[in-house]
Amino acid sequence: MTPPSKPARRYLDRFSRAERTVHRITATLMIVCIVTAAVLYNGSLSIKVGHRHVVELIHVYAGFALPAPMLLGLASAAYRADLARLNRFSPSDWRWLRSRTRRDGSIRVGKFNAGQKLNAALTAGAILVLLGSGLLMYYPGLARLSWRTGATFVHDWFALAVGLLVLGHIAYAIKDREARRGMRTGRVSASWAHGEHAAWAQDVDVGPDQDDKRP
Amino acid sequence: MSDEGGEPAGAPVGRRTVLGLLALGGAGIVGGSWVQNGLARLLAPIESRDPTGLVALFPLGAAFRFYSVTGSVPTKTAATYRLTVSGLIARPATYTLPDLQAMPQTALVSDFHCVTGWQVLDVHWAGVPLSALLDLAEPSAEATAVRFRSFDGTYTESMSLSQARRPDVIVALRMLGGPVSHDHGGPVRIYAASMYGYKSTKWLSGIELTHGEVPGYWEHRGYALDGTIRN
Repeated sequence: MTPPSKPARRYLDRFSRAERTVHRITATLMIVCIVTAAVLYNGSLSIKVGHRHVVELIHVYAGFALPAPMLLGLASAAYRADLARLNRFSPSDWRWLRSRTRRDGSIRVGKFNAGQKLNAALTAGAILVLLGSGLLMYYPGLARLSWRTGATFVHDWFALAVGLLVLGHIAYAIKDREARRGMRTGRVSASWAHGEHAAWAQDVDVGPDQDDKRP
Repeated sequence: MSDEGGEPAGAPVGRRTVLGLLALGGAGIVGGSWVQNGLARLLAPIESRDPTGLVALFPLGAAFRFYSVTGSVPTKTAATYRLTVSGLIARPATYTLPDLQAMPQTALVSDFHCVTGWQVLDVHWAGVPLSALLDLAEPSAEATAVRFRSFDGTYTESMSLSQARRPDVIVALRMLGGPVSHDHGGPVRIYAASMYGYKSTKWLSGIELTHGEVPGYWEHRGYALDGTIRN
């Protein structure tokens, strides 16, 4: 990032090219998984579309590929730094989650709010569980029948949960044009950043040396 | 407080969440079939009476998943349906649906197991024992296997003649308390209770006696020729 020119830049860099690429590929693979899953799971769609083996192959390989962009992203320092931010919950994150007025800015949020952190962890964990249970279903030789039945059970419920997470994620994105611009172009307006992610905006806009804003 | 620059502060809740989900998933794989069967027994009466169909949208109990390997499958009625029995036999035959309905029927209550793991317990099945049709056909000495064809135009499956003669292999005309529906492979399908679902050919149109088992649709895509369920 560029060195801090004094306050009030109009735009702040939020996501690097590597991060946006990881997001775009992951989103594409996830949508392919969801659409093919609907065909495999819903009886009337299954019969209407048919071609079960082809649909299954697309679903399975999109699923196998799903963790790949996230792993490749680790090569990028910006991606690793954001991963570390998503991982850590501060006491104010817990307060933010419990607060009914969390959006009024009184709790100063870093680059990610606690909801985004939670969504990232739940989605990442669920993707790994879906991958593992999917492997057992796709290669029946790997496990005994009762485990395959368990894998199907787990896959169904985790898929439902991930579907809801993705819907929620999209709903929040639809509501916030500037957040979408951040993921599309990499930059956000400074005014948006100061409103939604005050602690982060303070650091990148003014510089972390000005530490008098401690709550 | 600044969580930028240097090591972000706070507990690694993200990592704990991921590990927690992995543990939950592992427990679900090991114990899920037990939970699923309990749920299925509990919810079956609700699901079958739910006028909204909402219950069936959730993976609560056990429900059939509908497999079709082609684009669309023609619908056959009592007037248009034909089942041919051919191959290494003395008496080739063609049966209509009324012919099959007029033959002695066998009923059984048995589970449907897909090789991928989903299952439906205690399904009511009824139809003509396959062994009865084989006896009428009088297989020759070279016949060692039975091949099934589907009127979807693509699907085939095989099993050995001794497997095909088992009393729990039927040419099913009824399931779940009614005629076999089109989506379930009706009007006539195979049901082989001791084998995975891929052996229970849907939309049955032909039974052919062969010398040796001919690998079928799913065998070409990696499944075992012997579909016997082993725990």
